Amino acid sequence: MIEQLSWKVGGQQGEGIESTGEIFSTALNRLGYYLYGYRHFSSRIKGGHTNNKIRVSTKPVRAVADDLDILVAFDQETIDFNFHELHSGGIVIADAKFNPVIPEGKGVALYAVPFTDIATQLGNPLMKNMVAIGATSAVLDLDAAVFESVVVDTFGRKGAQVVGKNMEAIRAGAQYMKDELNGQAKTMKLAKADGKRRMFMIGNDAIALGAIAGGARFMAAYPITPASEIMEYLIKKLPDFGGAVIQTEDEIAACTMAIGANYAGVRAFTASAGPGLSLMAEAIGLAGMTETPLVVVDTQRGGPSTGLPTKQEQSDLLAMIYGTHGEIPKIVMAPSTVEEAFYDMAEAFNLAEEYQCPVIFLSDLQLSLGKQTVEPLDYDRVEIRRGKLMNGELPPLPDKDNFKRYEITPDGVSPRVLPGTKYGIHHVTGVEHAETGRPSETAANRRAQMEKRMRKLEHIHFPTPVHKQLRHEEPDLLLIGFLSTRGAIEEAMERLEQDGVKVNHAHIRLLHPFPVDDIRPLVEKAKRVVVVEQNATGQLANLLKMNVGHADKIASVLKFDGNPFLPGDVYTKCKELLAQWPPLKISAMM
Amino acid sequence: MATFKDFRNDVKPNWCPGCGDFSVQAAIQRAAANLGLEPHQLAVISGIGCSGRISGYIHSYGFHGTHGRVLPLAQGVKMANRDLTVIAAGGDGDGFAIGMGHTVHAIRRNIDITYIVMDNQIYGLTKGQTSPRSAAGFQTKSTPYGSIEPALSPLEIALSAGATFVAQGFSSDLKELTSLIEEGVKHKGFALINVFSPCVTYNKVNTYEWFKERLVKISDIEGYDPSDREKAMQTVMKYDGLVTGIIYQNKEQKSYQELVPGYSETPLAEAELKMSKEKFAELVAEFM
Repeated sequence: MIEQLSWKVGGQQGEGIESTGEIFSTALNRLGYYLYGYRHFSSRIKGGHTNNKIRVSTKPVRAVADDLDILVAFDQETIDFNFHELHSGGIVIADAKFNPVIPEGKGVALYAVPFTDIATQLGNPLMKNMVAIGATSAVLDLDAAVFESVVVDTFGRKGAQVVGKNMEAIRAGAQYMKDELNGQAKTMKLAKADGKRRMFMIGNDAIALGAIAGGARFMAAYPITPASEIMEYLIKKLPDFGGAVIQTEDEIAACTMAIGANYAGVRAFTASAGPGLSLMAEAIGLAGMTETPLVVVDTQRGGPSTGLPTKQEQSDLLAMIYGTHGEIPKIVMAPSTVEEAFYDMAEAFNLAEEYQCPVIFLSDLQLSLGKQTVEPLDYDRVEIRRGKLMNGELPPLPDKDNFKRYEITPDGVSPRVLPGTKYGIHHVTGVEHAETGRPSETAANRRAQMEKRMRKLEHIHFPTPVHKQLRHEEPDLLLIGFLSTRGAIEEAMERLEQDGVKVNHAHIRLLHPFPVDDIRPLVEKAKRVVVVEQNATGQLANLLKMNVGHADKIASVLKFDGNPFLPGDVYTKCKELLAQWPPLKISAMM
Repeated sequence: MATFKDFRNDVKPNWCPGCGDFSVQAAIQRAAANLGLEPHQLAVISGIGCSGRISGYIHSYGFHGTHGRVLPLAQGVKMANRDLTVIAAGGDGDGFAIGMGHTVHAIRRNIDITYIVMDNQIYGLTKGQTSPRSAAGFQTKSTPYGSIEPALSPLEIALSAGATFVAQGFSSDLKELTSLIEEGVKHKGFALINVFSPCVTYNKVNTYEWFKERLVKISDIEGYDPSDREKAMQTVMKYDGLVTGIIYQNKEQKSYQELVPGYSETPLAEAELKMSKEKFAELVAEFM
């Protein structure tokens, strides 16, 4: 009986690898298991190795597993590329068609199952994926019937016959494997799950759902990996809310259009990845200067330039904080789980309106595309707050006077009226301007308006700027990260604790303005600090040093090879650093 | 009822005396009054350059954005509030150089806004460099030996991009310009109005006199039918773009807003931001 399973299916891109993983994991999710999936794919449509690694557990999991119990292979390349992840006792289930071979001596068993032949005999070679799922279910001692509801959902619109054939393929695969195993001890019987129905979604789903829940009714966007799912979801759903999505000619248009829509009173946003964000830099500055609310999602991927478009990285951080010319107030937030991605995205629209500034909602490829089981989302927790937006009728202004849209106020936030409002006329410009919005270049006005804008975020109210897991008053080690590394850090922390290391963990959810008051005491009390992040220069570590000091006790664990952190990566590198503290080099790279 | 004076404010334009942009400003004010608009019902969205300042010189809502991005901004405003009259305005550099990508796509998208280009064939605010509208051979600070590149034809580009309303005016003819803007605003879709708006400081070639000698009124061409796209293209080519009036109008094509599935018939800015718990449960269930 096992509590946890690490399963991977691999083959050529375009061969249905994704749907194999999808059907397998959705069915297990429906049984109440906690799932965490991560896809390895390339920037091409057909061909090239792709795989989907799925972790199944009776308890919540938020990281890719270090190793592998079962590898389902549709080609030899899958075995060659992934075999090293299998532990002793692991299983390879491969299509007999390509005469699979595995390296000797690791204690891994190979089962060559005629996926393609069985599928062809049943009438369609494409059903080889179903045969593979069936073979897996036999190893796990799962009844083939558990896949039925998912098969119905997936193929139902193609008719009952297609559904029937696919189920037949699953059963045939299961039967073949049962005969093959012949009662051998190779079965990895999964402990029973709690049977609760939970959501199973990627981070981008949660971001998109959070946007709608947060009142977003307009989106302008340009397709890009790994952000496109957000716009695709809104294109499907916004018509129900009277809203619209425009696929623009480029990201400059997307961001600027979202600014125009926000200015006119709709909660509007855009979503992109690094290259798109680079193009949007000027527009984000416009939103900052004109104090127009704006939400921009950046699903980080491997940079620079086109970089690694389908791989994990967290290297946009400093560009997102500082990446406009001149100085503007800006909020940069980064959820650490899919659940937080939902709530934080909804909240981003409140912050944008309350502080009348751009909000950069950071994600990363692993968080955006990793598919996982999600705890129930509570819509009652979603608030709509519109800050100083003026409602109702305004008093008449003296003849031809402008409404003071940029009135100097103690908190820096000025009353905001929407175009179309009687007696609210004012000018908006990216040129430095006076309280009425009219251009002004006087030194006194410049100082007053600059100070007013920067003052807005001095006392920002952000619900949970830091997710803290504090077990010790004075820990040996404080681990710090942001976004999708949370799961890997949490698991590494458990292992370090088992080794007797006292570990605290802080995952930063508000990157800018930096939550100095929340972080500083944690850093001060820790003997050592290790910042875990997916870039080559230690951007978060540098931000930390800049804001709270203590550079002499802050080291980095960095990974920038395109793959997500595994718990074992963090654990091993932390052990290395602790064994030789102070580290000779400030960074330990993966 | 508002008069054109109600669309004036007390800001003194920083344009040079004699600049063609004064007429565009006046024509927008007159057209807005003639259309029965109140100042708060109009949003003038502008780009960067001498022309971009225009949004600050009209008593209405105004947004002076970034260089070349007037159309994305204006389209966003209109999508958010379909009851607002949205006029986008900018120069030839703004619309046909840095912003050309947006111009072509705004044309084919056909959102119901009016785009006025103040075309002076030169970069004025940066003190006299060549523009994509400068003729080959045109000498400027950036083309001291004469421009090598030919001028592009916005009217031909608009027609080939699927424009539903293409017009051209001239700053000297305020009456015609006012009427073109009125028609552009009334048009249900994207209206492009290119306006010859001479730069009296840096363009000593394309002067008021130069245009007066060459411009042909489309209304003077016998039997001209603005619904005939092929004829429109031929006419623009025949006169080398030096025609004024409504060159093409497609009254049949629906605007973008009319075609977006489910798009709110009332201003989106007034949409309810909450949803029912049932609706939320329905959305969530799709992920189970």
